[in-house]
Amino acid sequence: MADIRLQGVKKSYTKGILVIHGVDAVIADGEFIVIVGPSGCGKSTLLRMIAGLETITEGEISIGGKVVNQVEPKDRNIAMVFQNYALYPHMSVYDNMSYGLRIRGFSKPDIETRVQRAAKILELGPFLARKPRELSGGQRQRVAMGRAIVREPAAFLFDEPLSNLDAKLRVQMRLEIQKLHRELGTTSIFVTHDQVEAMTLADRMIVMNAGVVEQVGAPMAVYDAPASLFVAGFIGSPAMNFLPGSVRDGRVDVGDGHLIALPQPLLERAPAQVTVGIRPEHLVACAEGDDAFTFPVETIEALGADSMVHGKVGATPLVARVEGHAAPAIGSTARFALMPGRLHFFDTVTGRRLVP
Amino acid sequence: MVENRPFLTFVAHAVLIAGVVVVAFPLWVTFVASTLTYEQIANVPMPLWPGDQFLANYGQVLTAGSTKGSAAPVSTMLFNSLVMAVVVAVGKICISIVSAFAVVYFRFPLRRFIFWMIFVTLMLPIEVRIIPTFKVASDLGILDSYLGLTLPLIASATATFLFRQFFMTIPDELAEAARIDGAGPMRFFVDVVLPLSRTNVAALFVILFIFGWNQYLWPLLITGQESMYTVVIGIKRMIVGGDAATEWQLVMATAMLALMPPAAVVILMQKWFVKGLVETEK
Repeated sequence: MADIRLQGVKKSYTKGILVIHGVDAVIADGEFIVIVGPSGCGKSTLLRMIAGLETITEGEISIGGKVVNQVEPKDRNIAMVFQNYALYPHMSVYDNMSYGLRIRGFSKPDIETRVQRAAKILELGPFLARKPRELSGGQRQRVAMGRAIVREPAAFLFDEPLSNLDAKLRVQMRLEIQKLHRELGTTSIFVTHDQVEAMTLADRMIVMNAGVVEQVGAPMAVYDAPASLFVAGFIGSPAMNFLPGSVRDGRVDVGDGHLIALPQPLLERAPAQVTVGIRPEHLVACAEGDDAFTFPVETIEALGADSMVHGKVGATPLVARVEGHAAPAIGSTARFALMPGRLHFFDTVTGRRLVP
Repeated sequence: MVENRPFLTFVAHAVLIAGVVVVAFPLWVTFVASTLTYEQIANVPMPLWPGDQFLANYGQVLTAGSTKGSAAPVSTMLFNSLVMAVVVAVGKICISIVSAFAVVYFRFPLRRFIFWMIFVTLMLPIEVRIIPTFKVASDLGILDSYLGLTLPLIASATATFLFRQFFMTIPDELAEAARIDGAGPMRFFVDVVLPLSRTNVAALFVILFIFGWNQYLWPLLITGQESMYTVVIGIKRMIVGGDAATEWQLVMATAMLALMPPAAVVILMQKWFVKGLVETEK
C-alpha cells in the first residue's frame, strides 16, 4: 500500500524531443487511477516509467514516499499486468504465479498459501497445473493478475490488460478487476485507450494527449466539464458535437443562421472564435421553436436501447441520441433543441474550455 | 489445396519412390559389399544380395582395422569422431547461445558492430582461415590432441545468428515481467530463455553433431598419429593406391559404421528436431 507521486516527469528518447512533457500527479493510497488517451499519447511510457522499465529523463517519481528514479523494478514493490499477459510459456500456472515469490526466497508453505489464496479469488483453482497455452484468453489474463496479486505489492500497474480480449470477456474482466480492487484496496494504475474502461473503472482518470496531461478528475466530473476540446471529443461515445463559430453581439454564429447565446459570465471575455460543444444526448427532439436545429437525417445507427441520428448543420456533422424506437426516418427532417445548461464553450484557437 | 485425384496420387508416389530409390540404392550396395569377401566384390557384376562375411568383416575393422593403408581399429576412430562431434556440437551451442543472449538482451557499446563482426565471419569458409588456424594450433601445442581437434571449430557464427533470431521472437514483455518478478539477467537466462530454446537447441545439436562428425579437412591437418584419426579420415586412409590393393569390403563396413551415429542422432531426436525447425513456442 502506498501513494505514488509524479513531479515534473519528462521523457525523451532522442535528445530534445519530448514524448512526455512534464507530468504532475498525486495518486492516493488505495486509489484506482486510469490513464486514458489515444495511441501514441505516452500513457504506456508513463506507466513503464513508474514500473522502472523506462528511465526518467527529468523529474521525480516516488512510491510510498521514497524516490524511485534510480531503483530497479524489482525493488519498487510494484506488480505489472501486461497487455499480452507475458506469462512464462513453459511454466505451469502455479509456477507462473509463484516465480516472483521463489526468487524472493519465500518459504514453500508461504508460497503455497499465497498462490492458493490468489487462485481462489480469481477462480483459477482447477487450472494450477496447466500450461498457459492450454488456457483461454480470459484465464490467461487472470493468471497474469494472479501473478501480481501473490506478491502483495504496493501498487498494481495495468498496461492495457483487456485489449486482447473479445468484447464480452472484456466487460466481464472489467467487473472482475473492479471487484478485485474493492477486495484488495491496492493502489492501481490502469492504462487504456478505451474511454469506456476509463469511465467505469476509475476513481479518477488522467486524460493524456501527445505527452501532455489534458485533465485529471473523477470520470463524471471529466464527462460533465471537459477541460479541452480534446477531452470533450475523446470521452463519451459517440463523441460530443462541436459547432465552431465566431462571436457576434454575445452570441456564437455557428452557421446556417443559428445563433447560440453565450452565458452571462463569458460575455465580456469571450474570444473571437468559439466552439460550442453539445453531447448527443443533450439534443432533444422538439416540435417547434426558434432555436431548434433542423437538418435532414442522413444515417441512423440503431443500437437497441438508443438510436443515433446523424445529420449535418451547414458543413458540421451532428449526432443526436434518441430513444431506440423514436428514430426519424432517413431523409426526413429532424428537429432538435439544445438542452439548456448542457452547452460547453471552448476557445477554438487554444482548445481550452471557457469557464463561465 | 491440392486436389485429391487418383492420377495425381499415383504420380506423386512414383516421384517419391523414385527419389527414395535413388538415395537408398547406393546405401544398399554399400551394405551388401560390407558383407562379401574381397573376391566377390571384385567380380563383375557384384552380387546385390548380402553375403556371409558380415561378422568377419565388421569384427575385423572394429578390433584390428585394415591390413593395408591405415591399421588403426575403427572402434578407436569411432570414439575419436564421437568425442569430436559431441564436443564441437555442445561447445558451439554453449558459446553461441550465450553470445546471442548478450547481443539481444544487453545494451553495451558497439553491440551492433560486434554482432556484425560475428556475422561477417559467416562469409569466410573454413578453408580461407585454415592455415592461420593451423599455425595457432601448432603454436599452442595442441596438434594431435582432442583439444586441437575440437577447440578451433567451436566458434560459430551460424548458431549465434540462429539463436539471436530466435531470441528476438521472444516477446520483450517476458523479459520485463521477469525483471519485475526480480529475476536478474542470468536467472532469466536459465529459467526462461533456456527452457524456451529447448527445441532450437535440439535441432541445432543434430545439425552440429553431423557437421562435427563429417569434418574432414581439419582433422586431416591436425592429426598425425593413427590413434587420433576420426572415422572419416580412416575411410580415406584405407583406400590405398589402385583398386587391387584396397580391401573394399572393409572400407564399406567402416563406411556403414561411420553412418550409424549420425543416423541414430537424427532418428532419436527427430521429433525435437522437426519441432525446433518449424515451431516457435510462445
